[in-house]
Amino acid sequence: MSAHSEKTHIIPVKTYLAIGGLLMALTIVTVLVSFINLGGFNIVVALAIASVKALLVAFFFMHLYYDNKTYLIIFTIGLIFLTIFLSLTMFDTLRRDVVDPIEAQTIRKDAIIYQQEK
Amino acid sequence: MSNHTHATHLAHHFADEEQQRESAKMGMWVFLLTEILLFGGLFVFYAIYRSWHPDMFYNAHLQLDVVMGTINTVVLITSSITIALAIRSMQVDEQKKAVIFLIITVLLAATFMVIKYFEYSHKFELGQLPGKFYTFKGIQGSNPHIFFSVYFAMTGLHGLHVLIGMGVILWVIRRAARGEFSSEYYTPVEMTGLYWHLVDLIWIFLFPLLYLIG
Repeated sequence: MSAHSEKTHIIPVKTYLAIGGLLMALTIVTVLVSFINLGGFNIVVALAIASVKALLVAFFFMHLYYDNKTYLIIFTIGLIFLTIFLSLTMFDTLRRDVVDPIEAQTIRKDAIIYQQEK
Repeated sequence: MSNHTHATHLAHHFADEEQQRESAKMGMWVFLLTEILLFGGLFVFYAIYRSWHPDMFYNAHLQLDVVMGTINTVVLITSSITIALAIRSMQVDEQKKAVIFLIITVLLAATFMVIKYFEYSHKFELGQLPGKFYTFKGIQGSNPHIFFSVYFAMTGLHGLHVLIGMGVILWVIRRAARGEFSSEYYTPVEMTGLYWHLVDLIWIFLFPLLYLIG
């Protein structure tokens, strides 16, 4: 091996396969859990499992765990800005009717509103 | 500076290969950051309309095929494993193995797109389409066309990324088959891998949010 390999961490094949297996298992778990009614917690569980899977991909497949931490910082900055984007938007859209009651109206006169057929 | 000996792939403005590699990787991560924010806009789109129409989202999501979605998740995760193994093969100088893993990856990507094609064409037939193209009747709740706007926007942009990914992987296969890479230089393969893992990572969130609304 050359000097180059001293700086590149080579992950064993079995680590990749173990992480892959874990990702498959979590996929099955998330599908099964979705058929159990947990009320509002379904989305929490689904997102928690998805986040664990995403972190496994990022840390092991994308080597963030082994690489220079600069890349991890860039990735985290992305997530922080996404969180700001999402949460500030939600503060607005979820609370609009607190200030003014919302009445349904179409922007275009000929727009179709699909109403509930009960 | 021009007469010192270095490998042909080392650009003259880099001090050494390590610096070149790290710079490329950092550039790639900045690009991935913009990708996260690009998809982020659609995730916010999703969050706004799901929070406004929770029951309609639940009823509309029942129209999606969980089996096809699950198979596609497994296909994409498998392709992530194979491209990771391709890069590992590059690192230990097993170019032939790397090419085989890359070919498997591109085939899995194609499988994903074929399954997606069947899902899309089924929805086109039923008129489960975004906005004014929506003609389907049979979903309880107001404005179910919004769900399909969200569905097609998110899976469409993701599908486009898969297609682009396939193109890039094919390009990398061609270069690898010509013997342009070694354990000393495989940056394009590594960057392709990072991009492909991000495509997988996005799908990891799209799948439960669209197919598995509890």
